[in-house]
Amino acid sequence: MNVPENLRYAESHEWILVEGDTGTVGITDHAQAELTDIVFAEPPPVGKKLVAGEVAAVVESVKAASDIYSPVSGEVIGRNEAVEADPALLNTDPFGTGWIYKIRLSNPGEVEALKDPAAYRAQIGA
Amino acid sequence: MRTPLFDAHLAAGGRIVDFAGWEMPVQYSGILDEHRAVRESAGVFDVSHMGEFFVGGPGAAAWLDSLLTNNAAALAIGAAQYSLMLNERGGVIDDLIVYRLGADHFLLVVNASMIEEDAAWLCARMAGGVEFENASAEFGALAVQGPAAGRIFEKLFGREMPAERNRVLQLGENFVVTTGYTGEAGFEWIMPAGEAASAWRRCLDAGAKPCGLGARDTLRLEMCYPLNGSDLSPDRTPLEAGLGVFVDLGKPDFVGKAALVAQKAAGVPTRLCALRVTEKAPPIRPHYPVWIGGNPVTETTSGALSPSLGDGIALAYLPAEFSKPGQEVEIEVRGRRFRACVRKKPLYQKQT
Repeated sequence: MNVPENLRYAESHEWILVEGDTGTVGITDHAQAELTDIVFAEPPPVGKKLVAGEVAAVVESVKAASDIYSPVSGEVIGRNEAVEADPALLNTDPFGTGWIYKIRLSNPGEVEALKDPAAYRAQIGA
Repeated sequence: MRTPLFDAHLAAGGRIVDFAGWEMPVQYSGILDEHRAVRESAGVFDVSHMGEFFVGGPGAAAWLDSLLTNNAAALAIGAAQYSLMLNERGGVIDDLIVYRLGADHFLLVVNASMIEEDAAWLCARMAGGVEFENASAEFGALAVQGPAAGRIFEKLFGREMPAERNRVLQLGENFVVTTGYTGEAGFEWIMPAGEAASAWRRCLDAGAKPCGLGARDTLRLEMCYPLNGSDLSPDRTPLEAGLGVFVDLGKPDFVGKAALVAQKAAGVPTRLCALRVTEKAPPIRPHYPVWIGGNPVTETTSGALSPSLGDGIALAYLPAEFSKPGQEVEIEVRGRRFRACVRKKPLYQKQT
């Protein structure tokens, strides 16, 4: 299972790439493998204010719907329309073109509470 | 509970889920991939969890005809029919396949979740000259489905697969019938439990792809085949479910007949309708509210994203006046409503 070193991870299987006060959020390789064929994705609207742990997006496989929780608080400043058009990107490239939304962090300190790659690897037994 | 193929499922990469108390594979390579295999080549499903009852004796045909909706006496030896077990209100207890193995010898294949209830219900209505045996634990079963199923049949049994549906081939304690739950050509093969693993292996070697419950559900829903417990219930009659063709109201009597006759005379109030979403929407799932003209009228009984059609599809009991193809409805998903339309069954039509 791929767990990139440059990301932080939520226990609920989202990743965040933090660059300055901006974060890019997606779901992990482990999450997409568990969900299998993802057929629907709905990133949050730009401008939406999210609190860490709040439902930010929904992705659905053939079999089930899953909530995606925002790993940090802030305002949505970008949404990946490519995954809306082609949800399979979440399966094929979860850390790249399958990103879901970008957020301006209102409390960058929250990132410290997220897991580093070693801790997330331990969680999923990778 | 586990079928004789549990280890084979793990070996094939099956993802195991609970289904009516059974540890069954929901998928192996992926639901979309398995669905496509059945539509384009062939897949094999473990259906060993389903129940097998043997009914014999000089009174067998008449006894089945007094209990089930279809006409067992009219069934030719070597043929099979879909039938229903109803309560006194005409509601569905279970749907099943009746095989006629001989003049006085029948095999009933029932839903896994209903084995104990069906057996108790039948035994409580036992009649003279009838022998009943619940042999569910002694048999495994496979369903091989898809356009390549005929070639697999030939490899397995050294003869051509009957072109007709519902033909039964009995080979000792093996029963092979040209039935299925996918809309494709194919057969279901019941064998002694000890032979299930080798039968599975032979199907894979002959080119069938392992398929799980997930694909089984999307395939049957595209064909609008009802699933008991979801689309069929003790509170809905076969007339409401669109299964009237499997109900012989010309028979002297069967459990539930009076209620069906009364319902037919009064007008069937609701119809199980096929719905197809007509705008971009999330996948439809069971128990989503269905709206007509700004009012919630019912909920979906089954729902999925159709892999073949690319749209959300569903079944729902609609009031009869709204049940005609072309009727516009809305399906509510997480508080938002999406446009859908009643369509003629089946939703999926094989391209020829």
